[in-house]
Amino acid sequence: MSIWEYANPVRFMRTSAVILPWVAVACLICLVVGLGWGFFFTPDDFRQGSTVKIIYLHVPAAMMAINIWAMMLITSLIWVVRRHHVSVLAAKAAAPIGAVMTVIALATGAIWGQPIWGTWWEWDPRLTAFLILFLFYLGYIALWAAIDNPDTAADLTSILCLVGSVFAVISRYALNFWNQGLHQGASLSLDAEENISDVFWLPLVICLVGFGLLFVTLLLVRTRTEIRARRLMALKLRERVS
Amino acid sequence: MPDLGSYSVYVLSAYAVSLSLLVLLVLSTLRQSAQVRAELAVIEARREDRREARTNG
Repeated sequence: MSIWEYANPVRFMRTSAVILPWVAVACLICLVVGLGWGFFFTPDDFRQGSTVKIIYLHVPAAMMAINIWAMMLITSLIWVVRRHHVSVLAAKAAAPIGAVMTVIALATGAIWGQPIWGTWWEWDPRLTAFLILFLFYLGYIALWAAIDNPDTAADLTSILCLVGSVFAVISRYALNFWNQGLHQGASLSLDAEENISDVFWLPLVICLVGFGLLFVTLLLVRTRTEIRARRLMALKLRERVS
Repeated sequence: MPDLGSYSVYVLSAYAVSLSLLVLLVLSTLRQSAQVRAELAVIEARREDRREARTNG
């Protein structure tokens, strides 16, 4: 069996209908356990006090904001190369989720920054790249809305996605590129000395899985809606012609 | 409720903003899905009626 079989809308609708309830339940469990554990049962950090609890929202949202753009890039490239409609509809469906994740990352970052850095915002390379990534999300959504022909919209938004990927990479690796700015390094690292303390690690990982599953759940629902909307548009057109 | 000390406003507002945005995202996704499904059901029913009428004569 090939993965390209799921490019068939009927097959995608059938498979996603089976998967969706399981992913939604797993997402709910992970979010309730992860956020509940992180908020109620983890201690304060010796330097940052209770603000460390913001990590359970900030880090997963920031990671999702970047990863969703990466997913959009892959699905857009599949559209450009193989012209699979489900692929580009998935990219379109993912964009509003990515935009909300970026807003959450920026908002929680600002709220965390005020007591710890003494400022809500700094033109730090990572923060600035993240703000530009958010603007790319808005541009991507606006471009889809502005063009009537769906194939032209898919082509142009795919190119925009390719350009925006530069900022997605910069927002992830800005610290390594410039080695300056207020923002700290990665919270999760394979290097034990750089990694966060064990007591915060497990609830954070559960939250990461929860946010990932939330994305998959919303992506499936939104892609199914986009496929239905495409069919609706075709049927309306056929009615008008006949 | 854990004791959040002097940072309680920051921590609670971070959770309030994030959870509100996530709830809004979920609700708008479900609303949009229901709206498209309803519209599609109407147009497909109309199509089915026309097909039946054509078959019956």
